[in-house]
Amino acid sequence: MSATPLHKKVATRGHLKIQDAHKVYDPEGAAVLAVDNCSLEIQPGEICMIVGPSGCGKTTLLNAIAGFHSLTSGTIHLDGEMLCGPGKPKAEPGADRIVVFQNGALFPWKTNLENVAFGPIMQGTMSPQEAREKARAIMADAGLSGMENNYPGEISSGVRRRVEIVRALMNDPKVLLLDEPYRALDSLTKSVMHEALLEIYYRNQVTIFFITHDLEEAIFLGHRVVIMTTRPCKPKKILTVDIPHPRDYSVLTSPRFRELMDETMEAVHEEAVKAFAAGEREG
Amino acid sequence: MPGLTVVFTEWVSKNPPYGLSIYTPEYYQHVLTSVQRVAIAFGLATLLGVPFGLLLGWSRKFKDFVFPVFEILRPIPALAWVPLAILMFKGTESPVIFITFLPAFFATTLNTMLGVHSIDESYIRAAYCLGAKRAQIFRHVVLPGALPFIFTGLQISMGVGWFSLVAGEMISGEYGLGYVIYSGYTLVSYPVIAIGMITLGLVGWISSALVRIVGTSLMQWRVRSLGLGDGS
Ligand SMILES: Nc1ncnc2c1ncn2[C@@H]1O[C@H](COP(=O)(O)OP(=O)(O)OP(=O)(O)O)[C@@H](O)[C@H]1O
Ligand SMILES: [Mg+2]
Repeated sequence: MSATPLHKKVATRGHLKIQDAHKVYDPEGAAVLAVDNCSLEIQPGEICMIVGPSGCGKTTLLNAIAGFHSLTSGTIHLDGEMLCGPGKPKAEPGADRIVVFQNGALFPWKTNLENVAFGPIMQGTMSPQEAREKARAIMADAGLSGMENNYPGEISSGVRRRVEIVRALMNDPKVLLLDEPYRALDSLTKSVMHEALLEIYYRNQVTIFFITHDLEEAIFLGHRVVIMTTRPCKPKKILTVDIPHPRDYSVLTSPRFRELMDETMEAVHEEAVKAFAAGEREG
Repeated sequence: MPGLTVVFTEWVSKNPPYGLSIYTPEYYQHVLTSVQRVAIAFGLATLLGVPFGLLLGWSRKFKDFVFPVFEILRPIPALAWVPLAILMFKGTESPVIFITFLPAFFATTLNTMLGVHSIDESYIRAAYCLGAKRAQIFRHVVLPGALPFIFTGLQISMGVGWFSLVAGEMISGEYGLGYVIYSGYTLVSYPVIAIGMITLGLVGWISSALVRIVGTSLMQWRVRSLGLGDGS
């Protein structure tokens, strides 16, 4: 695979390999086939963007990686270690794969600092004192100083999302799993989020599995964009974004970006039409 | 009906014609007795109802097992328990406390359970992602997440507690505000009835204010997130 060379440091961990993933919901009843025959390999330190029609099964795949539910069959490996597979249908959730949720899941009853410090304290890898110190430092790095003692409910949704990503990075995960984290944000806040995410990424080189409906976001951030088929989901087309990192917002106006946009749009549109037709059939 | 002046004059009289005012020791005896009964019943209801509700909300198996019984007992009005309570317990104190406790316990348990159910699944998932174990999730996610509902339950518990207390005291007992009102009725003494009622209103209001104060001090995050505070 000829992935775009990564900026500066080269990540050595976070190699995610999904083989023949297959997921049926409610096999005895409605038997919804959400993921079928889905294979995908993501390189260490890659930003892999997942797009596809609504309800095609993207979240289902992410939940299987995170260990929130089982796969009906198929195997997922992370750095050679089997997360789930034959004999072990459900992965154990763990701090090596941290999910950032669409609606945000900072604990509203903990301050931002307590939220960021939460992981290592729970795992027992740091004393509460150490964890708070490191949390303070990593928040400062991400430009979040001054809101350590605020509650998530007291800060804007954009800043909340950043705190949540920092809370994840605090655990030094191998993979970040993001499920439309910026969906609810306005486009201006979104653009700030994108640059902030890239900045964090350039410093941490973590593998990112990022689900989105926003094609511009997908191409702007991703090394590759995986366009999923309509349900059941599997990669229909994988687009390598050959615009070098580090990127900033000026690439949005480049001709290459427009070309990639058109190419993605076409593939996505095709699937969207299929999904729509399938919806019509089902009533 | 007596005018408000008659009631008020009686209430603050050093030598009350109907025998009850803020200068008579009995007045405080009655208030104290009622407050004590409610405090014991409310305390027990909280001590038992919160853990019970948390367990019902947290453990599917426990709920399947216990909740049906709970749901059959819960609709029985506290008053319907009076005869059984009097026969079951000796003396006058225990039956009244039991009658007060019962609906308070149900309200606390039910709201606590709903509080656990109200917690967004993604908080629990996030905690698992961050490496928390089940017991840690209970302590750091389930308990604080259910707290707003728990305190709603405690408010209701306090309300229904006073309600049933008065009913219990009217039927059995020789002290307490319910007894004051009832004896005012048997003696056709309007001012005594009114004093009993007003006093109940006051102590009821103070007790729910106390619950609220404890609630807001334990849930600063809510006060601050919802902008309910004074900004200090
Ligand atoms: N717990 C469940 N039980 C039964 N069916 C489910 C369940 N969860 C999801 N589904 C179905 O599986 C399919 C895939 O759902 P999924 O949430 O993975 O889609 P998605 O690609 O994330 O969609 P969106 O883009 O809207 O978030 C949908 O048709 C959905 O209705
Ligand atoms: Mg989804």
